[in-house]
Amino acid sequence: MPASVHGTAQFRPASDNSLLIYFDQHISLDAHQQVAKLIRLLELQPITGIVNLHPAYCSVLLKFDALKLRHEELETRLRPYFDRLDEVTLPEPRHREIPVCYGGEYGPDLAEVCATHSLSVQQAIDLHVSATYIVYFLGFVPGFAYLGGLPEALVTPRLPVPRRRVPPGSVGIASQQSGIYPFATPGGWRLIGRTPLAMFRSDRTDMSLLSIGDRVHFTPISPGQYTALENA
Amino acid sequence: MKAIQVEAPGLFTTVQDLGREGFGPLGVSPSGAADPISLRLGNRLVGNPDNAAALEMTLLGGTFLFPEGAVLALSGSDFGATIDGVGVDPWMSFEALPGQTARLGPTRSGARSYLCVEGGMAVRPFLGSASTHALSGLGGFEGRALRKGDVLSIANASQPYRRLTIAPYILSRLSPRKILRCTPGPQSEWFPESSQNLFYNSTYRVAEDSNRMGLRLDGPAIPVSSSGHMITEGVSLGAIQVPGGGSQIISSPIILFVEQQTTGGYPKIANVISADLPSVGQLRPRDEIRFEQVSFETAGALLREQEALLASQELIQE
Repeated sequence: MPASVHGTAQFRPASDNSLLIYFDQHISLDAHQQVAKLIRLLELQPITGIVNLHPAYCSVLLKFDALKLRHEELETRLRPYFDRLDEVTLPEPRHREIPVCYGGEYGPDLAEVCATHSLSVQQAIDLHVSATYIVYFLGFVPGFAYLGGLPEALVTPRLPVPRRRVPPGSVGIASQQSGIYPFATPGGWRLIGRTPLAMFRSDRTDMSLLSIGDRVHFTPISPGQYTALENA
Repeated sequence: MKAIQVEAPGLFTTVQDLGREGFGPLGVSPSGAADPISLRLGNRLVGNPDNAAALEMTLLGGTFLFPEGAVLALSGSDFGATIDGVGVDPWMSFEALPGQTARLGPTRSGARSYLCVEGGMAVRPFLGSASTHALSGLGGFEGRALRKGDVLSIANASQPYRRLTIAPYILSRLSPRKILRCTPGPQSEWFPESSQNLFYNSTYRVAEDSNRMGLRLDGPAIPVSSSGHMITEGVSLGAIQVPGGGSQIISSPIILFVEQQTTGGYPKIANVISADLPSVGQLRPRDEIRFEQVSFETAGALLREQEALLASQELIQE
């Protein structure tokens, strides 16, 4: 089935019960806003038969009940939503501070990142905490925030061979992205530090500490502060 | 409340229902039974709704004591079950009397067996579902696979026990397949015709390190001639992704499964159709499989045909 286009959005079936909507073919704030607005509009005015939504950098994957909907019907029902995206107002972005203990056992790849860019450890930390990051979306595992806004001087490719186990709370960088691992999972991002905060807890009202659209700052902390916060 | 005491957990036994849909924006994948058809049928044999929580066993079953007794059914693959030493067949309900023990062994057919209990397993739901998401330690029984000594509660039920079974002709039409039918993936155009031919004409073998997150396949690597730069995007259940990047990377495919990552950055050549996903849940390491391309129309028709079988009045027999 060929891709079809509506305005700036392109539709493409991903499976017999899911449809990908692309707003762009590269990461941009504009595409992110479109993604966030479509998600918001679909939450406010759900389309019967859509059972799940997966926002990403510049796309949304919609999963539907294939006994109730077909791709073409869903596309038809979505068209009015695209015409109304400009009317959607997104909530004011929340600001979140994430304390991070950098380097050493907390960030085993920091030294190599520094060497790659001829930076001192302090310069790399200063760069990482200087930026304001945007939560483009949550994905991969529960509560994993994909953060855009990494300073150009820190842009580093992912590890050639992923780790089998990344400790929870690890702060990683990969290409232009930064992110925080909520759980012990395999992972190929370069780990520069770790936060003692629980990024995802099922016994909290806001299970995920971060939500789509949040603005994030990192604050450097010492190993002592890390331990204190972890036990708080 | 009745209970199940775990005397031996088996290889990897978790509490599963039909999963939690709708939490993609949180990065939470649905999880749920790897073979939902077997779970649904097993639940019907004990008078439960399709979505009731049961124990999903993998390759090697466990040993379970029922201090107060229970009405049970085993569905999915045959794990050679006995109750106090007397053999019980899958696909029919049976009673465990107070103090009796159900013992399951290694599989005699596919990867998974479901132990369904009248009333269903009572666990605290996470986001509306009893399913275990083992990677993140959420849902199910303490977010993990069962261990020796665990005691799980069974939700109350009050129907009189009836011995029920599944109509054999319907069961045979729902049996797991080794030729998985697929629709094209969202990046199928990134794979040249030679890669497509290789993928659809080769036999793949399920690798040992496959699990509920994904099945790794040993077999011919599929060259990707990427025409674009892959940006992380939402991934669908049953997506067949080809890891790698750059212009001419060669790699073996992975089928993303029920506990999948919700987003990913690798191109997908194809996607297993909904009607064949339960078959993926019955694949064992070293099983040999092939892929067959079908249209979206055919995929829809096959799903409707499957649901019609599951809705048949003749499905459950006394």
